Amino acid sequence: MQQPPSPHSTRKTVCRNPVMLPVLLIGFFTIHQPAGLSADNDTFTQVLVAQQERIRTIATAAKTSVSIFAGSSGGGSGVLISPDGYALTNFHVVQPAGIAMRCGLNDGKIYDAVLVGLDPTGDLAVIRLLGKDTFPYASIADSDTVSVGDTCYTIGNPFLLATDLQPSVSAGIVSGVHRYQFPAGTLLEYADCLQVDAAINPGNSGGGLFNASGDLIGINGRASFEKRGRINVGAGYAISANQVRNFLGILKGGHLADHATLAATVATSADGRVVVSDILESSDTWRKGLRIDDEIIELAGKNVRSVNSFKNILGTLPAGWRIPVIYRREGRPTEIFVELAGVHTPAMLNELMAGRRGKPSAQNKPDNKPKPNPLAPELKDLPDTIKKFYERRFGYANFFFNRIELERVQQTLEQRKLSLENQESTWRYQGHLEAGGSFTIELNDQSAKISLPTGISRWEQAVADAGLAAEAGFDASPPGSGGMLAALTMWRRLLLKGSKNLGGRMTYWGQQPLYSTTTTQLADVLELTTSSCRARFFVDSFGNVIQVTFFLGSSSTSCDLYFKGLGDRGPYWQPTHLTVTNDGGRFATFIFDVGT
Amino acid sequence: MGTITLRNTCCRSKSLELFVTLAVAVLAYCPTSARCGDVTAVSVDAASRVTKLYGAGGIRGLESYQTGILVSSSGHIITVLSTAIDSEAIDCVLDDGRRYTASLVGVDLRRELAVLKIDGDDLPYFKLSPDSPRQAVGTRVLALSNLFGVAVGDERVSVQHGVIAAQVPLRARRGSHEAAYRGDVYILDCTTNNPGSPGGCLVTWQGLFIGMLGKELRSSQNATWLSYAIPANELAIGLEMILSGQTVQALPDQKQSLDFDLQSLGLILVPDLLNLTPPFVEAVTRDTLAADSGLQIDDLVVAIGNRTVTSQRGLREELSRLIPGDPIQLSVVRNGSIVLIDLGLIPSIAEPIRKR
Repeated sequence: MQQPPSPHSTRKTVCRNPVMLPVLLIGFFTIHQPAGLSADNDTFTQVLVAQQERIRTIATAAKTSVSIFAGSSGGGSGVLISPDGYALTNFHVVQPAGIAMRCGLNDGKIYDAVLVGLDPTGDLAVIRLLGKDTFPYASIADSDTVSVGDTCYTIGNPFLLATDLQPSVSAGIVSGVHRYQFPAGTLLEYADCLQVDAAINPGNSGGGLFNASGDLIGINGRASFEKRGRINVGAGYAISANQVRNFLGILKGGHLADHATLAATVATSADGRVVVSDILESSDTWRKGLRIDDEIIELAGKNVRSVNSFKNILGTLPAGWRIPVIYRREGRPTEIFVELAGVHTPAMLNELMAGRRGKPSAQNKPDNKPKPNPLAPELKDLPDTIKKFYERRFGYANFFFNRIELERVQQTLEQRKLSLENQESTWRYQGHLEAGGSFTIELNDQSAKISLPTGISRWEQAVADAGLAAEAGFDASPPGSGGMLAALTMWRRLLLKGSKNLGGRMTYWGQQPLYSTTTTQLADVLELTTSSCRARFFVDSFGNVIQVTFFLGSSSTSCDLYFKGLGDRGPYWQPTHLTVTNDGGRFATFIFDVGT
Repeated sequence: MGTITLRNTCCRSKSLELFVTLAVAVLAYCPTSARCGDVTAVSVDAASRVTKLYGAGGIRGLESYQTGILVSSSGHIITVLSTAIDSEAIDCVLDDGRRYTASLVGVDLRRELAVLKIDGDDLPYFKLSPDSPRQAVGTRVLALSNLFGVAVGDERVSVQHGVIAAQVPLRARRGSHEAAYRGDVYILDCTTNNPGSPGGCLVTWQGLFIGMLGKELRSSQNATWLSYAIPANELAIGLEMILSGQTVQALPDQKQSLDFDLQSLGLILVPDLLNLTPPFVEAVTRDTLAADSGLQIDDLVVAIGNRTVTSQRGLREELSRLIPGDPIQLSVVRNGSIVLIDLGLIPSIAEPIRKR
């Protein structure tokens, strides 16, 4: 189907429009020109300059526009975001099209494309175009800097008109920011989206929304339609570029992404505060201390002013992210870090991906075989060009790309890896605790030891493997840390051996923000699952493993390691600081002696 | 009407719109205009003088929400007279999220305006003047409204851009109802007749208030949806009269349809009782175009011009698209064969329909 599925439907005032800059400069100089030069002439020149600028911007942006044709299944639009052919589009464009697509660019050529990742809830999909080394691509802007009134362009394939592979361009202004558009069921929710009066018509879905400098500020996906049928009436909506950025790592990792829930509902109180009206007692949010009637002040670093802004913030976040929540109770604010639950179970998502849920008529006819799911094909049914880029696995849109991303992070780790000879020997650290007293730590491949003012603790892989450790409370040593020694051992193994040979299954999780640092920069996350533990390793862009989230067995309470000042001081990796938390509560902060 | 026609029409108008948009946008960057590039500032400022209104309705086609414009610092709001404000309690939400209950002060049936009042103090507003000059065709405008109800709470109303495409007297209707207002309106090139838009404000790109977005109406001449605004000076006159306690009555000719219809052509069909009552002729009035053309009792109308009709409703709809001067040719089935009936040209609205 070419149509978007749903028929329904503190800003700065300075001129930041880059098109304006040359115009303003010219305007400035013309003021100082000697009299006699007619104003009309100046205006004419300035209009021409602005027009040339505009033509250049559109010409550049149009190169990144992808026209998706899916035969009888319709089609839509897309936009390239990296030179290696990754492109964004809508879930509702990809769903009927399937894993393999044919995509046109305005260079007049048609390229094979393969599905990479899917986010049915947020109506987003990543595909990859094949058959060229360097594709033109759009840079992703910060959509929070977009203001109402800003110039914008929609570029795409409305009504599938781009049969000559030349996309259609429509110019307009931003009509509204931070809009919320309700989902259909649990899918296709447009939270914190951009509203524009540039034309978004059926077929524009998945295409780019560009600002005046040609940077990508959103993905066009829906419009308000009413009495005139399915044509634009001046109100179209785009998924914000910032939401795209939140999900991009997960989608590039081949995942079937899910959106986040706080496992709590909120309501506006009589005095206009946003308060918790209900909360799931099995949730992480509850365990971290949030209760009914608490006032939510901040979510993921953003102010919660209304129920709508609560939904807007939450609707742009992926399940599994850990975010700071500030709530107020009896006048006192408290900050907690909550691991966000998913809106769906993996099985539900799988069904939704196939478009099978909510269609009881098909289930009522047991004789009818379920229709083949175009998003979970048999390998033999795929075109030869696509086969080697596809691997089917439950919970993923295309597991092949998880391997690609894992390999990429692996390479970053390799580059950062030490080449010293004695790195395989015992890693020894010493220093003092922030709370007072000194410590020593010894890390080996199969065992670890820590000496604290409270006593000495050990951890051994053999004991953990025997399954006795958990019962004896040995695994979680030192006591109260939730498994600090085990987590440190895993960290050391990853640094020495890389993501393979860790005695479990390593996958690429996607990206998550590093709230422990001063920025909310995103880091790649690797996830390890072994018979005795689960661990997530946060790898920054320099290849430092700067954060570890460690779960013993099937426990849902984590031991978290936050490293600061990581460097290759001495013969092995050493931070200046290490903070260990257990289920959100601080266990200790270790300050390392330099050069030990 | 086939999908193809609709799509073609739409594409053509889109490319035209794109052309106009590009042309306008390029002009917009002209530094000689008073405050170039201040679309953001103008939008933000105007939005603080516009309110979201929520009242009665909610039935399809009759929205329960629209837009209002603050016209005094103490909380007078001017809006379009509609079913939405025909309500005991009208909720009014400002751009900063402040919520009020508005009461009805009075109405102007001629201009189809209503004035509401909220208990406010020191509110931002647009000052209306009966001497407001009319704006020229081609003036760039911004239209702010509560379209589709997408802005809620402290969200600003939506902003659309366009130009004044024409300034003409309004000849419009909703369904079979005529619009009462007969004065000049600004016709806009952007789609502003969406649910929730009525009562929205129209400002120039310099922020000058110039009009209020009208109701969701169709042209009575060609049945297309109209995007129009009532000029500021008309609003000022209406406002003054309402505030002075007058209830302005509609013009006396309001009820009289300006359209020709079947009856005025002399054609009486069998009672329309079903959804798809076939258009059988029950009677033909003497001395009318119908009688003259040879139309007979029991004829079944199957087409008008080259467009097939299958019901009385369909026939009326097709008829509604015709304008004075258009030829009317009916195809009727009589005794099993098709007979062409030529009723000649549609007389102009002002003329009597009866045969001269």
